[in-house]
Amino acid sequence: MLYKFDFSFLLDKWPAFLNGAWLTIQLTVLSIALGFVVGTLCAVARVYGGRVLRLLVGFYVELIRNTPLLVQIFIVYFGLSSLGFKLSAETSAVIALVVNMGAYTTEIMRAGIQSIHHTQLEAADCLGLTRVQTILHVILLPAIERVYPALSSQFVLLMLASSITSQISAEELTAVANNVQSDTYRSFEVYIIVAAIYLALSLLYRLAFKAIGLIIFERRRRLGTAL
Amino acid sequence: MIQLSAHHVWYLVMAAQWTVLLSLIAFAGGALVGLPIALMRVSPSHALRIVAGGYIQLIQGTPLLILLFLTYFGLGILGYKLAPLVAAGLALTLYAAAFLGEIWRGCIEAVPRTQWEASDCLGLDRFQQYAYVILPQAFKMAIPPTVGFMVQIVKNTSLASVVGFVELARAGQIVNNSTFEPFIIFCIVAAIYFAMCYPLSLASRFLERRANAGRASH
Repeated sequence: MLYKFDFSFLLDKWPAFLNGAWLTIQLTVLSIALGFVVGTLCAVARVYGGRVLRLLVGFYVELIRNTPLLVQIFIVYFGLSSLGFKLSAETSAVIALVVNMGAYTTEIMRAGIQSIHHTQLEAADCLGLTRVQTILHVILLPAIERVYPALSSQFVLLMLASSITSQISAEELTAVANNVQSDTYRSFEVYIIVAAIYLALSLLYRLAFKAIGLIIFERRRRLGTAL
Repeated sequence: MIQLSAHHVWYLVMAAQWTVLLSLIAFAGGALVGLPIALMRVSPSHALRIVAGGYIQLIQGTPLLILLFLTYFGLGILGYKLAPLVAAGLALTLYAAAFLGEIWRGCIEAVPRTQWEASDCLGLDRFQQYAYVILPQAFKMAIPPTVGFMVQIVKNTSLASVVGFVELARAGQIVNNSTFEPFIIFCIVAAIYFAMCYPLSLASRFLERRANAGRASH
């Protein structure tokens, strides 16, 4: 092979990669947390809301799930700023990721909520729980427990998709890699390293979500199964 | 500054043809590589299962964008100067193969064990078992999720824009550079993507419901 691999740039560039990974973690943890809240609220609205609310949420979910994240990011960053809402690249990235995550979470959580047996709701009624109490304790927590595997793989997918925000130069791992690449002209090596870091991050996320699941859901911890 | 006109919208619609072409390349390539991956995943050979499983873990744990950079820049400096279409097609093929392989493995495993046992009893060899008994049944189950995954493929072709391939998303950027009306332009771009993806989503849901109805009536 004519091409000689040269990873020597790593000697003085490794802090940049580490920093990029840290930025990606910050960006995605924030987006996942907010997106999860948005999605859960929308799922509740989709199942228990009035007709108009259900239609609106359905419209939001279909719109987001059938258009590319890249275009959504462009609309938030370039589109909104041309309408007078000046947002930084990072803020735009978080908004786009939250809106995107919210739509996918809505669908997953809706499935979870609908899987709760109606006798559970009747029992809650008999116990005299209020509507809010029922939704919180009888519906949401068990629903989350049931769809938790699907949720965590969606979270990992979002972390990987956050690389797309480099296209508006939001500060994260891929953007850092693009900078190093234009400094060193070692594009292939740079992206091999970045691929390895993303691989490590997705492993880390998977382990973290597994641990969080074990901590939150007692049944899963004690019996090793969901409801 | 040039006014946004019907001309520009027409240009976007024309560019969507490249999105369709790239999607077809990715789907065909992904199916071609994905089927062997799925078969390797359910193979009795330990080594084959590990290789296919490793491939899936590797691709599903890396962003498609990075995969695209690796094929575009990587193969470029390795001495193969690739056209953006080829690099994007290759990256999307690798990506689709990993996901389709995993979807199809699930479908193959969902064929009841008794079908294997019955075909064993009839004296079919492994190839015949797959060709005449297992795959036809798995194929039926695979259609709804495969159509659903095609939505992901169409959306992800937008990433080809970053290596300069002029498909729908890149065309949107080009029109934006001359007219500078990003909000309207990217909304039109999103609408065109929606027009391509939503029918696929609906079809996937319809097929899934029909498949479940068929199962319930047995």
